[in-house]
Amino acid sequence: MNTFSLNGREATFTPGQSILDAARENGVEIPTLCFLKQNAPTGACRVCLVEVAGARSLMASCSTPVTRGMEVLTESDRVHGARKLVVELLLSSGHHDCLVCEANGNCRLQDLAYRYGIRELKFSRSEEQYTVEDQNPFIVRDFSKCILCGRCVQACNEIVVNRAISLGYRGAKSKVVTGGDMPYHESECVMCGQCVQVCPVGALTEKKAAGLGRAWETEKIRTTCPYCGVGCQQLLHVRNGRITKVTGVEEAEPNHGRLCVKGRFGYDFIYSKERLTTPLIREGEGFREASWDEALDLVADRLKEIIAKHGPDSVAGVSCARSINEDSYQMQKLFRAVFKTNNIDHCART
Amino acid sequence: MTNSFAHFAKAKMMFVIGSNMTEAHPVASTFVKEAVTGGAQLIVVDPRRTPLCDFARIHAPIRVGSDIAFLNGLMNVLISEDLYDKEYVNSCTTGFDELKEKVMEYPPERAAEISGISADLIREIARTLASVKPAMLMYTLGITEHTCGVNNVLSCANLQMLLGNVGFECGGVNPLRGQNNVQGACDMGALPNVFPGYQRVDNPQAREKFEKAWGVEGLPAKPGLMIPQMMDGLVDGKVKAFYVFGENLANTEPDIRHVEHCLESAEFLVCQDIFPTETTRFAHVILPAAAWSENDGTFSSSERRVNRVRTASAAPGAAMPNWWIFRELARRFGHSWNSDSAQEIWDNELSKLAPSMAGIKYVRLEGDGLQWPVPTEDSCGTTYLHSDGCFTCGLGVLSPVDWTPPAEVPDREYPFVLSTGRRLYHYHTRTQTGRCEGLNDLLGEETADISPDDADRLNIRHGEMVRVRSRRGAVNVRANVTEQVPSGMVWMAFHFREACANWITNPAFDPVTQTAEYKACAVGIDKL
Ligand code: SF4
Ligand code: SF4
Ligand code: SF4
Ligand code: FES
Repeated sequence: MNTFSLNGREATFTPGQSILDAARENGVEIPTLCFLKQNAPTGACRVCLVEVAGARSLMASCSTPVTRGMEVLTESDRVHGARKLVVELLLSSGHHDCLVCEANGNCRLQDLAYRYGIRELKFSRSEEQYTVEDQNPFIVRDFSKCILCGRCVQACNEIVVNRAISLGYRGAKSKVVTGGDMPYHESECVMCGQCVQVCPVGALTEKKAAGLGRAWETEKIRTTCPYCGVGCQQLLHVRNGRITKVTGVEEAEPNHGRLCVKGRFGYDFIYSKERLTTPLIREGEGFREASWDEALDLVADRLKEIIAKHGPDSVAGVSCARSINEDSYQMQKLFRAVFKTNNIDHCART
Repeated sequence: MTNSFAHFAKAKMMFVIGSNMTEAHPVASTFVKEAVTGGAQLIVVDPRRTPLCDFARIHAPIRVGSDIAFLNGLMNVLISEDLYDKEYVNSCTTGFDELKEKVMEYPPERAAEISGISADLIREIARTLASVKPAMLMYTLGITEHTCGVNNVLSCANLQMLLGNVGFECGGVNPLRGQNNVQGACDMGALPNVFPGYQRVDNPQAREKFEKAWGVEGLPAKPGLMIPQMMDGLVDGKVKAFYVFGENLANTEPDIRHVEHCLESAEFLVCQDIFPTETTRFAHVILPAAAWSENDGTFSSSERRVNRVRTASAAPGAAMPNWWIFRELARRFGHSWNSDSAQEIWDNELSKLAPSMAGIKYVRLEGDGLQWPVPTEDSCGTTYLHSDGCFTCGLGVLSPVDWTPPAEVPDREYPFVLSTGRRLYHYHTRTQTGRCEGLNDLLGEETADISPDDADRLNIRHGEMVRVRSRRGAVNVRANVTEQVPSGMVWMAFHFREACANWITNPAFDPVTQTAEYKACAVGIDKL
């Protein structure tokens, strides 16, 4: 039996499993910042430190495998002290003004600062100045909030494999860069926004969502992307009946949290002022507004007339390959059962 | 798709033909790229050097429309060199002798002459493909949008059956569907020859079943018209009334001038849409519909997965769900339908009528949905079809096919091949993406993509305006000089009205499916 001791209790693990995964499976949560599920751990942030009996220093649980009989403490005073220090250092490494940060309420650093009871900044703030990059239409990059966890780099290179960003420069100048350190829109970046989805702090945020609602104010509704046939699962963040942003549903088939630029940023057409909002009937060269009753009566009367005069096959219809199944079902039923024609098709061929 | 997206990331060998996945199906491409970084091999067959080629072990830039010759060449090598899966072919397929006879007419040298890929590379590709099992084949519209589209598809299937790759995880023949619910529209019977669940209208038992279910008599037995035939019918007077739900035919169909003439000829045109479009201009009545995220329902994706779609916002003004509009029309013909929600329609009608979806009910769709066939309520669905080569309809049929050239090929006056498709930042005619803040900033106009060689020869600079003309029409458009395109080709999309490729594309159709040859017509380019 593969067992180890987790906070004094006996727990099971599978060989090769990290302490982090084994703990999670046994119902013990260990905080993480840089760890990105299903990708190789980078061990960059040290927030996931745990105490292992016999080991001189604390170990990063995301990158340390469990061994049989290992004794692990995830919540000892020593662990707490170390995690608190890590968070304090990260907080002082940048300009973390939660009050004005778009990620407020959706920030792991903020959560950890609260959890480890940080009341004031122990270290003086880094003086490094970065300009905020927001020239592209979708993604705001503010490196004064970047904790260099590397998740965005991993997501871009290993998850969506767009290979647009990497960790550049050395030492204190370290920074996430595109090729040639160009702004996103002038680089290889394809604006999929996966880096934004994985950023644990407010360094990468969505421009279109800015100011539209805090994380705790939005309802999350799962749905399916309206564009291509992959069928990516989306989480609509909705406040007061309006979508504020869209993220990919983690651990869902088929996309496992991924979205492309259309699926992530192409949602606001439904709020366009140009939407059709009332039935319209042709009048001369233009159209006039009509009620549903008037418009539907007219359609029914004209179709009846035409069917009576020229037979059912003089009517033809094209259904919509973008709309829901039930709409297509109803339309073909209308044509077959009511009009009595099989002249119903859709653009499967385009 | 016979298989699932989940198989992409796990595949060991992938053969991608006629699919610019990174732009048209970006998330699907992430799994292909992931597989490659994990050690899988990728072969890309495409006239253009698409972004996926950066990940490919071999890129075969075949000439536009030479797919069958190329694939027959591969199969010729597989058979001559004894590399095909004999056991699979013997026990799971029929028609091998006929196929063999046909592909023997395509030795690599002949296939090379037609496709522009050297005989040696054809041999290498065949050997590489045969070296790993199973291999997964993916294709998109580069295969279907040809006058020989059906034969192209048969060829892909032949190749995969010959290799014994159909019926296994990480194998199969996998068309990526363009629209979110084109799979579903087919499944629902929005096709002229089948009821929901692919039950044929010319089958008396099927008609009887639907007559009983719908409480009607005399359902028509004769298959109906396909879109291009409807369009022609508008002009020759066979079709008087035309009901267009959601499609922007005036931009999406080949030869816009002809299409608009057809629409103009309609005695009565009803358009049901969420926006005014180029097509609604011709309508007599326009009905405003609720959009994505304004009502509940389901989409069916390429992998046959039925997924839930949920309401987030209210539809604007008087816009109503489409199913409601159809019901209200039926009522005016004296038919009273129970339908009062998408769920009611699915649970109480569709799932009872379509055996392959009988086990799908809304309560079962809360998580990741279900992949049909789901014959019963305890079935968990089907991640791949034809399990272990047991074809649902008996034996897999190997169908010999001959190569045929595109309907229009370059000549002196029109020396280039125009091929068309989609770009990353927009979707089809932009009725939606064009109205999303930001996407127009990333791509604001159409371009004609041409090779550096041709640009040099014609003295055209990158970004300069040119005129692209065909026998149908001409557009003025900015030249985009790019290594992606081989010389002799112009590549365009149909996202922008003014320079829409469909002013010039050729309305020539596959005789069976009536799919238009968007991928090939002859054009000339003039410097302006
Ligand atoms: S938006 Fe996508 S492509 Fe661009 S840097 Fe982020 S993850 Fe990479
Ligand atoms: S931008 Fe965000 S995800 Fe990327 S390294 Fe910085 S904090 Fe981590
Ligand atoms: S997010 Fe992109 S890849 Fe996924 S379904 Fe939507 S359009 Fe397709
Ligand atoms: S989560 Fe383990 S080191 Fe960051």
